[in-house]
Amino acid sequence: MSLVNLHQVHKYYGDNHVLKGIDLDIKAGEVVSIIGKSGSGKSTLLRCINGLEQYQEGGITVDGKEVTTEDIQVRRLALSVGMIFQNFNLFPHMTVGENVMLAPTIVLKKSKAEAETTARAMLEKVGLADKFDSFPEKLSGGQQQRVAIARALAMSPKVLLCDEITSALDPELVGEVLKVLEQLAKEGITLVLVTHEMNFARDVGSRVVFMHQGKVWEQGDSKTLLSNPQTDELKQFIGAVL
Amino acid sequence: MLYFSDLLQYSDVFLSGLKTTVELTVLTTILGVVLGTVCATVRQYGNRASQRVVSVYVELIRNTPFIVQLFFIFFGLPAIGMMLSPWEASMIALTINLGAYSTEIIRAGLASISKGQIEAAKVLGLNFRQTLTRVIFVPAFEKIYPALTSQCIIVMLGSAVISQISVQDLTYAANLVQSRNFRAFESYFVTALLYLGLSILLRFAFNALGKRLFAYRASN
Repeated sequence: MSLVNLHQVHKYYGDNHVLKGIDLDIKAGEVVSIIGKSGSGKSTLLRCINGLEQYQEGGITVDGKEVTTEDIQVRRLALSVGMIFQNFNLFPHMTVGENVMLAPTIVLKKSKAEAETTARAMLEKVGLADKFDSFPEKLSGGQQQRVAIARALAMSPKVLLCDEITSALDPELVGEVLKVLEQLAKEGITLVLVTHEMNFARDVGSRVVFMHQGKVWEQGDSKTLLSNPQTDELKQFIGAVL
Repeated sequence: MLYFSDLLQYSDVFLSGLKTTVELTVLTTILGVVLGTVCATVRQYGNRASQRVVSVYVELIRNTPFIVQLFFIFFGLPAIGMMLSPWEASMIALTINLGAYSTEIIRAGLASISKGQIEAAKVLGLNFRQTLTRVIFVPAFEKIYPALTSQCIIVMLGSAVISQISVQDLTYAANLVQSRNFRAFESYFVTALLYLGLSILLRFAFNALGKRLFAYRASN
């Protein structure tokens, strides 16, 4: 059964037709990389899946439940969909531990002790157990992004959306974040990533979705698709980024 | 010749005036900042109609003299049946005044919080109230803290005007003393020093509070 399903999704910004009838079906455990030029609608697509952006036509379901931008719906959705941003968006006035514990305590109403146990386990998973009491601005970009991953994981989401999460990082810090993602993929968590990391998409991803002009232009098994693209647009894109 | 010793017999008058000024300042600072926080939140995140109401309030207060606001509340409102004591009228006028100015200051702080912070809170499942209190307020206040505390001190100094409706504050004490012993120089000189001391003390208090509230910055 599909975990995330998009059916003929259309999205407009005013007159600008950004998504032109997207059909996409993501099963539990898949690692789906969405690639494409900037402006092709990749991030918008991702943001529609968790209700951050409104879509005008079609339907999206996550775990069988319909996605809308209605406030209460977005909050219910937050329980099954985690998201990580390009700019980390850690809360600067909270320690790393407090960042990770915030939502479990006030949204899931876990006890402080329970939330702390989870937070420490998640930070351990991303290799930052020793940073529990540090403030975000003391960390490198790669460390901050790993905290953001731990923060999302603490809500035990069914699917994790990653919006260009290595794009704001210095090149030497990209690897540590991708390594965490790879680990998560191995553990079977469902990942949907908008990414420019072609090697990661090929080696770790199970499927690649190439978007062009607001449409899913081509998609398929990651290794096959990237080594043997069918459309001229994808050939051109792969030629440009590799 | 100057005779500062002539003021000694009036030290009780000065002290009681000082006490009134301090009490009113503490009370109106708290109430004014709370009012400003509520109005700034409405103006930044509220619907169109409530934003307009706040705008009218803020512009009305910021574009009229404080003494006129005070006289209107104390002398004007009884005409529509609202009798207030001088102390009550002053408390209300000072709170409304600080509320309006702090609305604009605090709104600048709210506007400085990136959309990403709010989205991060949203995708973690926080509701709007939780997002405001847990995610937005602390960094927002940190950004505008110096401007906000300066405004509080300005209002404290401006409170001298309430002596005009016979609230027995520090300025009232100075007026009283110099009218009794004609030592205007000495009386106002000492009063000025007391206001100066009060300002410095307030700044110290605000700084200490800021260090506690924004401890995460001090950790650098």
